[in-house]
Amino acid sequence: MFTSPFVRKPASVQQVMFTVLVALVPGVAIYVSQFGPGIVVNLLIASLAAIAAEALVLWLRKKPVGLYVTDLSAVVTAWLIALAFPPIIPAWILILATVLAVVAVKHLYGGLGQNPFNPAMAAYCLMIVAYPSAMSQWPPAGWMDLATHWQHIVGGNMDAITGATPLDAMRTGVRGNATVHDVLQGNAFGVLGGAGWEYIGLGYLVGGLFMWWRKTITWHLPVAFLAGMAAISGLFWLIDSTRYASPLFHLASGGALLAAFFIVTDPVSGASTPRGKLIFAAGIGVIAYFIRTFGAYPDGIAFAVLLMNICVPLIDMKTQPAVFGHKGSNGGAS
Amino acid sequence: MIAGLFKFNGGVKPDTHKNESAQTPIRTAPMPARLFVPLRQSARTTARCIVQPGQKVLKGERIGVPDEFLGTAIHAPTSGTVIGVELHTMAHASGLGTRCVIIEADGEDRWIDHHGFDKVDATREDKLAWLRDCGVVGLGGATFPSHIKAGRGTGIDTLVLNGAECEPWITCDDRLMREQPADILAGALILQELVGATRIVVGIEDNKPEAIEAMRAAVKDTDGDITVTAIPSIYPAGGEKQLIRVLTGIEIPHGKLGADFGVQCFNVGTARAVYRAMAFGEPLISRVVTLTGNVEQPGNVDALIGTPVTDLIAQARPKADTNRTLLGGPMMGFELPAQDVPLGKGINCLIACSPSLFPPPPPEMNCIRCGACARACPADLQPFELYWFSRAKNFGKAQEYHLFDCIECGCCAYVCPSHIRLVDYYRFSKSEIWAREREKAAADAARDRFEFRNERQEREKREKAERLAAKAAATKAKLAEEAKAKEGESGADTGAKAGEDDAKAALIKAALERAKQQKAQVQAKNTDNLPPGVEAQIAEAEARRQAELAPEVPAQDTPPDAPEKQ
Ligand code: SF4
Ligand code: SF4
Repeated sequence: MFTSPFVRKPASVQQVMFTVLVALVPGVAIYVSQFGPGIVVNLLIASLAAIAAEALVLWLRKKPVGLYVTDLSAVVTAWLIALAFPPIIPAWILILATVLAVVAVKHLYGGLGQNPFNPAMAAYCLMIVAYPSAMSQWPPAGWMDLATHWQHIVGGNMDAITGATPLDAMRTGVRGNATVHDVLQGNAFGVLGGAGWEYIGLGYLVGGLFMWWRKTITWHLPVAFLAGMAAISGLFWLIDSTRYASPLFHLASGGALLAAFFIVTDPVSGASTPRGKLIFAAGIGVIAYFIRTFGAYPDGIAFAVLLMNICVPLIDMKTQPAVFGHKGSNGGAS
Repeated sequence: MIAGLFKFNGGVKPDTHKNESAQTPIRTAPMPARLFVPLRQSARTTARCIVQPGQKVLKGERIGVPDEFLGTAIHAPTSGTVIGVELHTMAHASGLGTRCVIIEADGEDRWIDHHGFDKVDATREDKLAWLRDCGVVGLGGATFPSHIKAGRGTGIDTLVLNGAECEPWITCDDRLMREQPADILAGALILQELVGATRIVVGIEDNKPEAIEAMRAAVKDTDGDITVTAIPSIYPAGGEKQLIRVLTGIEIPHGKLGADFGVQCFNVGTARAVYRAMAFGEPLISRVVTLTGNVEQPGNVDALIGTPVTDLIAQARPKADTNRTLLGGPMMGFELPAQDVPLGKGINCLIACSPSLFPPPPPEMNCIRCGACARACPADLQPFELYWFSRAKNFGKAQEYHLFDCIECGCCAYVCPSHIRLVDYYRFSKSEIWAREREKAAADAARDRFEFRNERQEREKREKAERLAAKAAATKAKLAEEAKAKEGESGADTGAKAGEDDAKAALIKAALERAKQQKAQVQAKNTDNLPPGVEAQIAEAEARRQAELAPEVPAQDTPPDAPEKQ
């Protein structure tokens, strides 16, 4: 005998994840147009690695393999890893990161929905600590054909072609007493942030709006993250604009827009109450700025996400929304 | 006047499926051969039966009298013969039985003498008693006695008439508002006078334009301050607290009533029943029920209370693949435990189900904390947290996160992409908490009794000793007097004193000794030399006796705060 409700909205985890994947498509398309089709290869490799790892662990844990593999959550993790990593990362690092994300970060904590840390970001942090040089090799803007890309990701040795990323160049440049203005003349920079990357960021923005429209995400997380980052970078920029880059530069550089719409919005490891979301995401924006500007790593978003993941239970607990009838909107009657 | 509408958070918009049954006028259901009139028709109390098997009754004759505070009267829905008063399965998810008066209809459908309420200079109390005696209860689902709601007379300014009917499939109120708006408004005016409200606001979901139209037209013929307001069609807009919120902006907290905030809310069907009772003295012996779902002929029927629901659903001609029947709407209703339950006053809808119409739920997956449930919750809860605490049996935490503010509307489970049967987890937690509280109450009562007994025994012992001591002292005083008389005066004081103490001690000792012996006699069971079998029997009897003395667990089968269903 079943119990009410007897009807259900035709929604599923699979649909939620599928929406996220679809929302990534504009960003990926622009990525291809700017840097060549290589990223698609990375997406494929990561997806296959994630599905294989997921299926294996589910089988070992005696869970319904078909049900959970088809929920697409592992594929979403794989895509986020592939998009957050440098495109010419050796394939084995990409595979290792994906498998670690699925097996260690997700399943060791109980599988879908149980992981306290964002799997993609945890994998990113592990890899940048373990393989710092490989993880900071970014190709300069420009089309790279498949064959070259393939050579890089299977063959390694990418030193010849890589240049400094905008964030890296900014950090080292400013530390070397150049002004922000001087640094921006370098060839790594485009209109707003890194050459080519601004457009990809726009693609992510489009995808984010799509998810917002589909109600897959709420506005709180992206807006608070971007606002947090803009506010803190704006503050430093106002103090000394020769040493600190503008908020616009920060929002357009590195993984800021990918993070805003696809990473801080991970529901599993993020805060869940409306106010909690604001605190959580703004916290990531602020911490990421400090790591970017003063820390040892060129882009601090991944570390910021993990740091804020730790705070989620506390944030959620302290920001429980008022329950119906307990809001004091009755003139203090409740 | 209402300036604008307010909104409540959350809510969902399931497919309404209302067209199926809303197209045709209300028909009168045919008279069944036998009626099973449940004696339990108002919230939480059962009426006292006043008829016997073999007795002839007329339509509208009283067969059950109100018992207790929340009771209302029960009446024979037609004329015929009482052929039994028996336990019968009820239309309740538990499948529990209740006592029903079984009436064999004689087909004449002959009314008892009845007339409207016309006592000159009758008091308000008289009118309320009249409603109680006519068996009027809320027809929205919770069957709360109307005379009690209407009796909450002071400080009420707004009477809300609930025509929202937000559950999918159900259209009985819709049809009633289209067909009998004048009766409904006449009832509302009576209720308004009883509660002392200054205005009436009718809330109707905007997916019922004909009903809104009909009610608005009828308002023109009255001279009361009545506003008919179209409200957005969002489930559960017909929940009492949600409706009050939408119409007045007031949020009634859990555990409070609308009346505490100057609002009293009645279902439109209830208002009509009030009118029929006051104007014609007609007791509540029938109601409109929606018959829909997997049937050839969906629609609404006016059916006698006590009609077997099998007969009713057969009216609508269920299709061949019908596999079960839902009672109430698909969001908050339940599957009928058995097909032969009778129609009660709170039953507004019967839905025939087929596996394709209401497929079994897909397998549950893990919660991904997507928050969809929280966005859908009209009570502004965090359903996934409640789910998590319930699963972990962390009931304290669940309560802290306001488990008992949950109205079990099902919105959260409706939207959950992981198909988690969230409401079941809350029901589980709530019942566990109630069970624990009952246990605790029982244990407390037992402890109190035990302590009381101990105290009483102590007191009795103390009093006995005091009595004995007093008696001893008196005797001694007498002895001392005599001794004093005999002996000389010197040393008499101390000697008497010593003698007095000795005698006292001896007497007390003797008394205690006697008490001890008595106790030993009482406690002796004379079982010392009996064969073991007999001994066991005696022990068993003793255990039974103890068990009988053990506290009775108070029965409770309705949640303390059952939501008003729509
Ligand atoms: S809707 Fe379901 S999956 Fe989403 S947070 Fe609520 S319980 Fe979890
Ligand atoms: S069933 Fe309870 S928790 Fe779920 S949406 Fe309704 S009120 Fe909220």
